[in-house]
Amino acid sequence: MTKPREAAWSHNTSNLSGPWSHSDFHPDGIMQLFIEQLLNGIAMGSLYALVTLGLALVYGILRILHVAHAAIYTVGAYVGLLVYNLTGSLALSFPGAMVACAVVGVLIERFVYFPLLKYPPYVPLIGSIAVMLAIEELCRLIAGPYILTFPATLPFPEIHIGGITISSTLLAVYVITTAVLGLLWYITNRTELGLAMRATSQDLAIADAMGMHSHNIVSITFIIGSSIAAIAGVLVGIHYNQVYPTMGTVPAYKTLAIIVVGGLGSVPGAVIASLLLGVAETLLIGYANIPLPRDALAFIAMIGVLMWRSEGLMGSK
Amino acid sequence: MSAYLITIGTLIVIYAIVVCGLNVIVGYAGQISLGHAAFFGIGAYTAALLATKAGLSFWTGLPIVILISGLIGLLLGLPSLRVRHDFLAITTIGINFIVEAIFLYIPFFGGALGIGGIPRVFLFGIKLKGAAFFGLCLFFLVLVLLIAWWFTRSWAGLACFALREEEEAAASMGISPMRFKLLAFVIGTAMAGLGGALYAHYMRFISATDFSFPVSITFLSMIVLGGMGTLWGPVIGAILLGVLPELFRPIVDYRMLFYTVILLLMIRFQPEGLLGEGSFIRRMFSPKFSGETR
Repeated sequence: MTKPREAAWSHNTSNLSGPWSHSDFHPDGIMQLFIEQLLNGIAMGSLYALVTLGLALVYGILRILHVAHAAIYTVGAYVGLLVYNLTGSLALSFPGAMVACAVVGVLIERFVYFPLLKYPPYVPLIGSIAVMLAIEELCRLIAGPYILTFPATLPFPEIHIGGITISSTLLAVYVITTAVLGLLWYITNRTELGLAMRATSQDLAIADAMGMHSHNIVSITFIIGSSIAAIAGVLVGIHYNQVYPTMGTVPAYKTLAIIVVGGLGSVPGAVIASLLLGVAETLLIGYANIPLPRDALAFIAMIGVLMWRSEGLMGSK
Repeated sequence: MSAYLITIGTLIVIYAIVVCGLNVIVGYAGQISLGHAAFFGIGAYTAALLATKAGLSFWTGLPIVILISGLIGLLLGLPSLRVRHDFLAITTIGINFIVEAIFLYIPFFGGALGIGGIPRVFLFGIKLKGAAFFGLCLFFLVLVLLIAWWFTRSWAGLACFALREEEEAAASMGISPMRFKLLAFVIGTAMAGLGGALYAHYMRFISATDFSFPVSITFLSMIVLGGMGTLWGPVIGAILLGVLPELFRPIVDYRMLFYTVILLLMIRFQPEGLLGEGSFIRRMFSPKFSGETR
């Protein structure tokens, strides 16, 4: 009866800790467990951040809730797996997935969003939901409804510090997320392209009038956001050793809650909110016995934020 | 009529009632709601609990169901309607997820097993099923359409239209945005509650997944397809999206794909819907030259 539940996004923590066993219990075992939970939470938050980034970028520039972004992430996982199975090389798998996702992202932007910009915001939103469901269906029809395994290991070492182990995938998630965030920060704050992106996100029409090809800037934003989603897709696929058609469903809506918590369109806000949510989910499920599923937590946090500070953590009025 | 057609017809009429409610919120008052299935579910669960735990009949339970749905609509509308546009869209998605989670995780609501054994509807001692129940649903649909029509003619409806077109301008004319948005929201959720009660007594078994987020999307697609803010749009949309999956049944594997592609093409090339302002059907049947004024 139960379908493959969105494992990567709604895992319970006991599975997350995976290879670690806490059988060798000693006085600081509780502290050790706490730190490991925290590390897991940060990894979870980093993966959220990678997917949410694209959403925040797109919202910042087009004011569209790009729900289909999560479908791009699914495409990334599938293409990454395909390339890995064909070539056996992760070095080709990541770029392959990024290129495929960038193409899908730009196609969505050119053929769905751009022509719909003149309508009220719910019109592109419904279009986006339709695109997302269509891509999910395509994935299911092409690759089958099963959970595929992604048996790759990332070339990162395992680290042991004082009884705490950081597995190679966790380390990979940290390193890759940090690298992506650093690169993105560099592009948006230190390059001419970044300046153009910021100008376009402030006012598309004025940016156009100032001689920028704002449509191209929008496309570049989609390329950046979609390739980051591809990285997230491949990482999640490897981390949980699972790739399946509906893996984007929970992220699709959870990332919406995250960008509201972070402040709609604010990239730093989205990253902070993702990390906070990842840690909060892991710790709350691990320590407090809340009767609600962890997926509802994001929305409860969101409604709390809307009551208390409706512009979000980092947003401006 | 065969039982198959009656089953599909009954579900379409129930959906049309719920979508009429959504139309009051989205079409008339211009407040996007992506969580309408939650209120449909609240109606269905209230009716199911009243019937199975309190032992009330459909008819004594119905006013309570409508009252509770409207009241929860009011309670959830108060905080949600403070925010606008995109925030409101996401908040209503959140409401849908939280309500579904409550149904699914709190044992009082039957948990994952849902609620079964909901009795059929009796009228003058006669058990209503098949075509008779279809007739009952049709009666309620006509009632809902009359209320919707009356709403568009009323002062409150006019105020909602003004809010939909330009909130600041309407507010400066002395129309309280909050009051009329809430009014539309409560009417809409009460209609969803009515649909939910009919659904519960028709299916006689309900579970949380019947009211999940994709159902909200289906409802929204129905008014998008039919035409937002039109009286008959919800009915046309419910009929089309109710019948299409049945027509696609022979190619069952590709059904969802066709469904989503049709929605995508519709929103891309005809976002006003089949009956909305400026749609090709409107243009075809409107008097000459009136198309120029758009």
